[in-house]
Amino acid sequence: MSEVDIEQYKINHEPFYHVQEDEINEYQAAYNARLPVMVKGPTGCGKSRFIEHMAWKLDRPLITVACNEDMTASDLVGRYLLDANGTRWVDGPLTVAARIGAICYLDEIVEARQDTTVVIHPLTDHRRELPLDKKGETVHAHKDFQLVISYNPGYQSLMKELKQSTKQRFVAMDFDYAPTKVEQGIVEREATIDADTAKKLVQIGKVARNLKGHGLDEGISTRLLVYAASLINQGIKPTSACRMALVRPITDDADIRQTLEHAIDTIFV
Amino acid sequence: MRLIADMTTTKELPDELITLRTQLKCSFEQIDDVFEDCIRDAQHRLSKQGVKDYLSGASLICMIGRGVEPVLQFLEVIPEMADRVGEEVISLISQGVWEVSRTPNGVSIPPFMATLGEAARRLGSLELIKQYLDILFDMMERTTGSIHGHHTTLPSPGLPHLLAQMPYLLSQVSIEGLQNWIDYGIRNYNDHPERQIDYFTLKSADSRAMLQRERHGTLFADNERNLSLYLQALWQDKEYLAPYSTAKDENRLQQPYYDKVGIRIPDVFDDSDTGIKGIDRYRAMLAHMAAHRRWSTKIIADNYSPFQRIAIECLEDSRVEYLATLEYPGLHKLWLALHPIPDEEECTKTDASCIRHRLAMLSYAIKNPQHGYKNKDLLEFVQRFHDLMLTGESSTQEVAKIAISYIARTRRQEDQAATIYFENTEVEYRDDNRHLWVFIEEGDEEEQFEAPEDKEFEEVDSLPPRHYPEWDYNTKTYRPDWVSLYEGLHPSSNANDIDSILAKHSALSKRLMQVLDLLKPQNFVRVRYQEEGSELDLDVAIRSLIDFKSGSTPDPRINMRHKHDSRDIAVTLLIDLSASVNEVPEGCEQSILDISREAVSLLAWAIDRLGDPLSIAAFFSNTRHDVRYLHLKGFSERWNDEVKARLAKMEAGFSTRMGAAIRHAGHFLSNQKADKKLLLILTDGEPADIDVNDDKLLIKDAYKAVSELDQKNIYSHCISLDPKADEYVSDIFANNYTVIDNIERLPERLPQLFLSLTK
Repeated sequence: MSEVDIEQYKINHEPFYHVQEDEINEYQAAYNARLPVMVKGPTGCGKSRFIEHMAWKLDRPLITVACNEDMTASDLVGRYLLDANGTRWVDGPLTVAARIGAICYLDEIVEARQDTTVVIHPLTDHRRELPLDKKGETVHAHKDFQLVISYNPGYQSLMKELKQSTKQRFVAMDFDYAPTKVEQGIVEREATIDADTAKKLVQIGKVARNLKGHGLDEGISTRLLVYAASLINQGIKPTSACRMALVRPITDDADIRQTLEHAIDTIFV
Repeated sequence: MRLIADMTTTKELPDELITLRTQLKCSFEQIDDVFEDCIRDAQHRLSKQGVKDYLSGASLICMIGRGVEPVLQFLEVIPEMADRVGEEVISLISQGVWEVSRTPNGVSIPPFMATLGEAARRLGSLELIKQYLDILFDMMERTTGSIHGHHTTLPSPGLPHLLAQMPYLLSQVSIEGLQNWIDYGIRNYNDHPERQIDYFTLKSADSRAMLQRERHGTLFADNERNLSLYLQALWQDKEYLAPYSTAKDENRLQQPYYDKVGIRIPDVFDDSDTGIKGIDRYRAMLAHMAAHRRWSTKIIADNYSPFQRIAIECLEDSRVEYLATLEYPGLHKLWLALHPIPDEEECTKTDASCIRHRLAMLSYAIKNPQHGYKNKDLLEFVQRFHDLMLTGESSTQEVAKIAISYIARTRRQEDQAATIYFENTEVEYRDDNRHLWVFIEEGDEEEQFEAPEDKEFEEVDSLPPRHYPEWDYNTKTYRPDWVSLYEGLHPSSNANDIDSILAKHSALSKRLMQVLDLLKPQNFVRVRYQEEGSELDLDVAIRSLIDFKSGSTPDPRINMRHKHDSRDIAVTLLIDLSASVNEVPEGCEQSILDISREAVSLLAWAIDRLGDPLSIAAFFSNTRHDVRYLHLKGFSERWNDEVKARLAKMEAGFSTRMGAAIRHAGHFLSNQKADKKLLLILTDGEPADIDVNDDKLLIKDAYKAVSELDQKNIYSHCISLDPKADEYVSDIFANNYTVIDNIERLPERLPQLFLSLTK
């Protein structure tokens, strides 16, 4: 399967990532040892951005799979398709990554069903191989191949939990929303907006994060703050931009909406 | 003739008024004393025709034979009233009074006249006054009793009391609210004079609750969650919020406060005169207290004189607000709009202490740079405050120093006066600052906010009652907190009884077992022969390919997919344990209770085999004050001996108040995590209770309860053992019911019914 175009998976420009602690060194160490990595953290706090950044830094192709409920093992591994001459095997993204030595990033792995996720097991221990039982082939992973999964523990659902046997194959890195000053810098830089507006947006974000567990499953993410900043850049009034980007998407609860809107009104005067 | 003879005694009356006095056909001497003032007022305010109506109206009222009092009231109140709402009101009132005098309610006429002035001021238009009179006359008509059914002979018990409360009522509710409140009272207490009086004097609890519901403004009760969220989100403060009543004592100054127990705030806020919404007034108040909680520290009260203390409180208020606006600039606008604006020259009386006025000015000047005050000391201290705040957060001690020197500098002789100038000095959103002070020595100075309680409360064994509303279909409103429901664990006896029941029905359970095995969830199922699917079904694909190559039409359904096939149902079985289930139906050997017990045991066994979460509860009622809800099996309990022992003990008594029990069961079900939620209600008769005369009321309430559950995605299904159930059961459960005529077959039918419902 040498016809795979590796270049399409490469990241050519440095994705902006603001270092919070020692995560870059930690990740690099894990990669050097080719250990599978699990990144945890609330939505929109920069997990995927971090992985992109690392793929760029390590100069490895990155194959991202967004997992979902309907995904089956063959969506990851590959399947037979019909063509004029009979059946033809097509590699799935995981197999491609194992063959070309890419970083395979399974985003929101808990969304996939548990029986699907067990196919990654042989790739993530000392064997580093992927048996394609339907095809009768065993793919030995390229030496540069690494598996990364993201996992948002915020979904407080018993159903969406990783199996112990899956969990215990990864080293994990915790992510959280950046501290106020840093997050402010991120919003400023991502949306090219002035420091004062960025500061106010982050303050609104903080207000909403206080409501987590009181009717909000997740606080306002850094991503949404950047969206709001982008809207302000487009000339929308800050209060309207905040309503559009920070309030309406995250909740339909009238009380919470009122509280957030009041917060916006007291912060953007 | 006598009339004119009387007239001659009033010598002072000028000539032009004598003719008018003759038009007023009423000879009480007392009238002569006030006639001149009244008629001048009337001439000043009313047209010629108006004055004529006024005098003939007064004459009419004089003729009713209720003494001089109503006439005097009429003469006094009408000119102003007519001036306010139009002259048409004159004849309206006089005719109205005449009507009332034809009923046994004559005693209510003076209090009625007394309410008119207030009504005109509050309502302010002729339409509303008409409405007001209609409401009153309607109330009078409906509550006036008769002994033999022909002539009304008993006066309305509530009317005079209602009229006495009227000024307060009008200040609290709109005319629609008043109507609803009165309606409620008449409907519920028409046949009970004492309670009617309690209701209309605002003594009974539900009278106050109803009034509270009709109040205008922003109610705390409606916004409790909103306000807690506000505290939580903007201030990361979690504190219990408790309302205090603003009702009744209008004269007593109530201030919000907080202490160890929680934050106290008013139960209702109208929008302010300056256009600040009620909810924002609440927020302003909470923000102020939250700021105190964040930045204030306690200081020792004994070291300061009372004047020093109020100055410290004032400046500390300013300090925490200053810090809060740094974080949330929008609060500044809000607070400023609610802050009084004292006029510099306002407090010039020499006999009153202006201390509060001076401090209010200082506080306002700190808040608003455009204050325009000229007092040098004031300006200096405003500057000192701002200088201090530029240095950082500062502290309570630091502002205390400024406060003390301000008091020292501005002290006046009059400050010692007994009266204190209060006007325009009260900042409504500020609390009473009791949290600021520590009293070291017990003296007479510290304020005893609450008397120490020595009483020890006895620990009660059971849970406190839960209150549920009840739907009143007559008015299409809920009666708030109407039913008290006590829940508890059902007592138990011998579990073996249930085992022997199951053994008795072993043939049936074997048959059920076969059905159960078919129903058992199989989590992952392969669906073959699909055009679209997740995987290629190789066998079919090859067959199609062969067909294709050999020239015949290939079957395109060569994929397969997987689907989940699982049951996720939570079930609650609610059993009616009213007294009637003790009866033995015709042709049976067992009572309904015994048969139900067998049926429930079988059902519980079957559901346990299936693994669906099941809870079982029983209920009965003895008036609205005592609805019992007894748990037989919880969702997390397995089908074990404890549960069986409780089932074995099941006993019946009292009545069937279904609505509250359904609501309570729904409350538990809605907390279950399941795709489908099912409430099964096993009953033998229609909802009824001994304190309800209206047959339809509880049926409608049960219907309402069922539709409430429907909104929560809980499916209700009734299994009725009443052969006559068809008459009412569909009014409650629409089509979701099953009537079991042959009660003996219940043990067989119940599990089957459940299975067919959930298949």
